[in-house]
Amino acid sequence: MSTAICVDNLGKRYRLGTPTGGYGSLRESLTNAVTAPFRRGACPVAAPFWALRGVSFDVAHGEVVGIIGRNGAGKSTLLKLLSRITDPSEGRAEIHGRVGSLLEVGTGFHAELTGRENIYLNGAILGMRRTEIARKFDEIVAFAEVEAFLDTPVKRYSSGMYMRLAFAVAAHLEPDILVVDEVLAVGDAAFQQKCLGKMGAVAEQGRTILFVSHNMGAIRSLCGRTLLLSHGQVEKLGPTHDVVSHYIDTLDARTAEILQENAARADAPATITGFTVCTTDGRPALEVQAGDGMMVEYRILCRRPVGDVSVQFTLCDQDGYPLAHCNNVMGGQTIDLTPGEHTIRCTVPELPFRTGLYFLNIALFKAQEQLSHVRQAVSLGIVNAAVHRHYAMPANAPTVVLRQTWAVDAAWDAPCA
Amino acid sequence: MISAIDEQRATALPVTVIAPAGGGVGLRLSELWAYRELLYYLTLRDVQIRYKQAFLGVAWALLQPVLTMLVFAFLFGRVAHLAPENGLPYNLYILAALLPWQLFAGALARSSGSLVGNANLITKIYFPRLIIPLAAVAAALVDFLWSLLVLAVMLPWYAWRGAFHPSVGWPLLMLPLFVLLALLAALAVGLWLSALNVQFRDVQYVVPFLVQIWLFVSPVAYAPGHITSTLGRTLFSLNPMVGVIQGFRWALLGTAPPDASMAISLAVMLVLLVSGLFYFRRMERLFADVV
Repeated sequence: MSTAICVDNLGKRYRLGTPTGGYGSLRESLTNAVTAPFRRGACPVAAPFWALRGVSFDVAHGEVVGIIGRNGAGKSTLLKLLSRITDPSEGRAEIHGRVGSLLEVGTGFHAELTGRENIYLNGAILGMRRTEIARKFDEIVAFAEVEAFLDTPVKRYSSGMYMRLAFAVAAHLEPDILVVDEVLAVGDAAFQQKCLGKMGAVAEQGRTILFVSHNMGAIRSLCGRTLLLSHGQVEKLGPTHDVVSHYIDTLDARTAEILQENAARADAPATITGFTVCTTDGRPALEVQAGDGMMVEYRILCRRPVGDVSVQFTLCDQDGYPLAHCNNVMGGQTIDLTPGEHTIRCTVPELPFRTGLYFLNIALFKAQEQLSHVRQAVSLGIVNAAVHRHYAMPANAPTVVLRQTWAVDAAWDAPCA
Repeated sequence: MISAIDEQRATALPVTVIAPAGGGVGLRLSELWAYRELLYYLTLRDVQIRYKQAFLGVAWALLQPVLTMLVFAFLFGRVAHLAPENGLPYNLYILAALLPWQLFAGALARSSGSLVGNANLITKIYFPRLIIPLAAVAAALVDFLWSLLVLAVMLPWYAWRGAFHPSVGWPLLMLPLFVLLALLAALAVGLWLSALNVQFRDVQYVVPFLVQIWLFVSPVAYAPGHITSTLGRTLFSLNPMVGVIQGFRWALLGTAPPDASMAISLAVMLVLLVSGLFYFRRMERLFADVV
């Protein structure tokens, strides 16, 4: 296989605190985030900040490579460099072929323009020729399902229609190499599924795709290899399955770290020091069977007596959207903590969710005061065993699966035989 | 076999090298040509959205010069008692200067704000950034073409009333050249200001002020002969709009042609334009990070 993308020691430095510049969200937020610890100093120091450094990898033609990592790991910077939106500070990359980059759905869409006008404008911005857009026009409109509104300004579109149209134009881009940022994090589930399907189809045509996402399901189903970025560097590159599991493990390690820090906070009367998800019979588990329940176990260190605390967790999907919330007050259990270590368990007899990867946010509250809190403390996979009492869910099914009982009575008006 | 095809395909594919920019800055004007369709669509967008939801729509492109003409003719002709050249009707005399002036001022104002106004594009997609100020200037040209309608009505009207004698001759063929000069002058300043505006938003406060001052140092509302001081003449010789305005009046109304001092303003403009192009190209790679 020939090489499509060859990245060699690529790095991007943002100079912070310089007198020039100071506008723009990225610059501003970076400045604020990074210089805050130094602000005590008399003069603003031009502190270099490497958003990306020493990144090297190769991508062959026709390969679909996922890019994952926590927020701020450098995923978007990498895509911006490869799309030539911004120049690297060091290193080099070679790209063989036409690059189409999709860092945002609907770049350049203008609210006042009609759907038709926006298709041509957006197509031109994405690098399509006018003849190419004209040829694919009907296909784009059909994909977006906006035939009736073509001559309506897009500001009158529903957000769903707007997203569909914007994605439809992008989906009909035919570059040799497609660079895609988290564009699937928008729209409803059905639309996301349609986008994923289109991406899969593009991949099958033998195009090279670089795909950034937080959606591990999408990464798993689309990408052969995955690159894990961490603090601007390549932490791991390899088969998707290995890298994703490694990533999930590091999330757990991060949780342990946060909990340790929490435990060191002497000002709080009580903190969570440990958290485990188990199967209902008490075995620690990363995954549970669909339709089964789970038991979560908190270890809480109490320094001073504190009454009527609220121990809680929220189950979220991969995009952080909360699906269910549990706490002891809702569950009818008052918890008063006395000094010492406590173990508190909560059993959920059934998780009525379809298969996929979920996260749990955990927290400990005293009235309105948050004593301890970890977002995405643990991941939880809900998997489908070969033999299973639920119907095997199609991937685009809604998230909640209700327990249900069906009955078919004997025919009461049967025709005489 | 397959790999042989792959090799073939790979060698046929364009290769892009991404590396830190070196010292030299090429203008890469050929790249602009490859993106000409984007220029077309961005211009079209600017034109389309300008008067959307305006009740009078494109009529504004005609109303603006007409109203300004009436106000100026009243102030400078009736109140200040300035006399136009060759006893021409003051309305017509002002209009012939106002049209290229509004082209210049519009192109300048639009292009200097263009990069900041298109920040969402700059941070999300690659294309030669020069397209953006170019599209802004091109959109101003479309407004100008509309406003020529006013001229097409007023010239025959005054000629019919015998207020002036139209000389349809070869100077009229020079008109596109003066239009081009006005555009290049606006682009020259616009390139500098748009790139500066990315880093220093002060520019957006400077531009309206600059345009206003520039209007008064250009012979829009008065005849260039009214300026007699040495300082005034020197300023005039640096200002490319003086030649453009004289050229317009010469081509349309048969007044004196632009004089030799236009060579100086042309040289000033070229220096601004070329330096602006290089400055823009040099700053270009910072736009996405700073804007």
